[in-house]
Amino acid sequence: MSASHKNNHDYHLIDPSPWPIMGAFSAFITAVGAIIWMKSLDEGDGVFGITGWLPFAVGFLLILATMYVWWRDIIKEAQVDKAHTPVVQLHLRYGVIMFIMSEVMFFVAWFWAYFDASLFPGVGVMGMEARDAITGGHWPPMATETDGGFFKSTFDPWHLPLLNTIILLTSGATVTYAHHALLKDDRKGLILGLALTVALGLAFTVFQAIEYSEAPFSFAGHIYGATFFMATGFHGFHVIIGTIFLAVCLIRAIKGDFTPKQHFGFEAAAWYWHFVDVVWLFLFASIYVWGAGTPVAH
Amino acid sequence: MGAQAHTDGGHHDHELGFVKRWLFSTNHKDIGTLYLIFAMVGGVVGGFLSMGIRAELAEPGMQIFVNEHMFNTFSTAHGLIMIFFMIMPSLFGGFGNWIMPLMIGAPDMAFPRLNNISFWLMPPALSLLIISLFVEGPSGMNGAGVGWTVYPPHSTSGHPGPAVDFAILALHLGGASSILSSINFITTIFNMRAPGMTLHKMPLFVWSILVTAFLLLLAMPVLAGGITMLLMDRNFATTFFDPAGGGDPVLYQHLFWFFGHPEVYVIILPGFGIVSQVVSTFSKKPVFGYLGMAYAMVAIGAIGFVVWAHHMYTAGLSLDTQAYFLAATMVIAVPTGIKIFSWIATMWGGSIRFDTPMLFAIGFIFLFTFGGVTGVVLANPGIDRALHDTVYVVAHFHYTMSIGALFTLFTGWYYWFPKMTGYMYNEFLGKVHFWLIFIGVNVTFFPMHFSGLAGMPRRIPDYPDAYAGWNMISSAGAWITILGMAVFFYAMVQAFMRKRVAGDNPWGEGATTMEWSLPSPPAFHSFEHLPKVK
Repeated sequence: MSASHKNNHDYHLIDPSPWPIMGAFSAFITAVGAIIWMKSLDEGDGVFGITGWLPFAVGFLLILATMYVWWRDIIKEAQVDKAHTPVVQLHLRYGVIMFIMSEVMFFVAWFWAYFDASLFPGVGVMGMEARDAITGGHWPPMATETDGGFFKSTFDPWHLPLLNTIILLTSGATVTYAHHALLKDDRKGLILGLALTVALGLAFTVFQAIEYSEAPFSFAGHIYGATFFMATGFHGFHVIIGTIFLAVCLIRAIKGDFTPKQHFGFEAAAWYWHFVDVVWLFLFASIYVWGAGTPVAH
Repeated sequence: MGAQAHTDGGHHDHELGFVKRWLFSTNHKDIGTLYLIFAMVGGVVGGFLSMGIRAELAEPGMQIFVNEHMFNTFSTAHGLIMIFFMIMPSLFGGFGNWIMPLMIGAPDMAFPRLNNISFWLMPPALSLLIISLFVEGPSGMNGAGVGWTVYPPHSTSGHPGPAVDFAILALHLGGASSILSSINFITTIFNMRAPGMTLHKMPLFVWSILVTAFLLLLAMPVLAGGITMLLMDRNFATTFFDPAGGGDPVLYQHLFWFFGHPEVYVIILPGFGIVSQVVSTFSKKPVFGYLGMAYAMVAIGAIGFVVWAHHMYTAGLSLDTQAYFLAATMVIAVPTGIKIFSWIATMWGGSIRFDTPMLFAIGFIFLFTFGGVTGVVLANPGIDRALHDTVYVVAHFHYTMSIGALFTLFTGWYYWFPKMTGYMYNEFLGKVHFWLIFIGVNVTFFPMHFSGLAGMPRRIPDYPDAYAGWNMISSAGAWITILGMAVFFYAMVQAFMRKRVAGDNPWGEGATTMEWSLPSPPAFHSFEHLPKVK
């Protein structure tokens, strides 16, 4: 292979890089900063006499900077050094698949919490008297005011949630359109498909934000809002990541980085986007539709 | 640097300065060395904490700690540090990085840069955990005294200070490190085996790393989810685990143990792999029942995901649920039995050399079999009613995943020390080390079976006088172990000072895996030309 001019094999041996250790210590600053920030909420004292969000923001920006320079190097290795031989591309495929597998298991935790509450809302289960008093023994729970929280009703799944489902499914189609255009070396089609996908991703986030602002339940103080916002919020966070990933691919497509034969960066973004899409379908089906209903009194 | 010059894959370790070689490393052996050094630091800190525990428990009444919370802080930090910052970075991160690529004939890992962030996330994680010892936990007291399981409500309303937040974020960083290194190991094992090395020809240590990596990949994120919800309950007034808002503390236990049970196999599986290599080498026989051994590990890993609630028999699970988890747990004894009997069958009729690695391997088989038997006892919900949260459980899990894993760590350390350093350790000192800590840990933990059966609870610094005798003996055993560890560190210093050249293969014809065909220590990138496997 052309890339391994001095190697006797097709693997990619990477030169020493300062980014991993920079990333790790940025994560440390972010972690300490997050604790300081959380302990400053509600006029708290912070930690070590430091308050506010600044340390967290510094750490987070450093993480973003690390990501930028790290991925810049990877793209350079692929484009300039031609180091991404077929076997190295296979490595990247395995890596992304397993990253997505671990993300799936992350969502298992949120769904577990949701089904723990929704399948066992309290009636007749030993030790669940306190939950019974909150939910009324059914799901969705009865309308309640708790100490520090409230639940009035669920969302109507056939309004914004349905719109968002259609948006995400459409974006799955547009990203596939982009992929087919790329395989046919149709750069215009690729750019159009990606631009549409990014726009749909942004639209999803906007509608999700509108929906959140109208929520008839609170994150704090009530199990419904806790499981709802945790699962959909983590998903929304992934939509934003996926949108950024696709936007980077759009920029790279405009620059002409992708060829019909080598475009794994695009494929990874598409896989990730489909994963986000599928998670949404589970959220929509189980939380929005199955878990919907008019609250009734106990 | 970085992408600038895609230079060679060659032997340029002498060209690299300290910072580039050790801080910016993309070399699996150097990163493996960093992991091993880090694990030693973690082991010394965790060992110091365990001596605090044994000093406190040596006699009834409060001995060295100002309050009970401080004892709990010590035992919590001891558990977390030994698991996440001693055993995992050495057996999985250390040997996995150092030895696994050599065994499959790969020049490096699939993602060398990712490998480095996997390591470098560990010192920040350990730092967060150490910081947690010195910031407020419960009102007016420092540290997180919540146990390594971090159960609410003790970890939420019981610890309003930031100590538990620091511990949670330490686990987050450590977990991210484990997930990234698992992705790396799996990709390397699947894609970078030398031509001709099929999966069914891989050394068992490589199999063990593969299964371990899958366990971490699938279990770690669930823990991350659980402790993130804990963080929300602590800081944003959510009620995931608080019944006052409809939450459920038992939900946390499920999430934790869905991670926690695979985690104990994460700890022991690499050791299974190491012991298989060593028993085969020093018996001068191929391992008995190779395929059975490989798939026994796969089975242990798979079943390990469906037995978690046997840690929760007293949490109010229904009888049907308990019956299921009893049956599923008992099933694990089958593949584990396959491993134990195959090790014995490998030794059977072999020309056995009792060098230090072999002593530790046999010591491990003894300890693990014993701990496995008490595990079968504890798998029964009926008897677990009486034994739950007694020191009988402490004895059980130390025999298996703690000192059991530690013995596999020393097995691997003495076995590969000549390969990694090029020097031979002193065999006499190695044997003294083995016998001292073998006696030490048994004197420490064997009496806990008796105190536990008699009802002595764990995580309690004070106890009735009736338990005084066995506790004094346990504490004496801890000092014997410390003496053994002093011999270990002396033996290592001595090995580096004497510089006895080990040669490529000090273990003779029994050592058949590929790392022994390389020089000791191997070149910076081990395989310039990919080896062919018959």
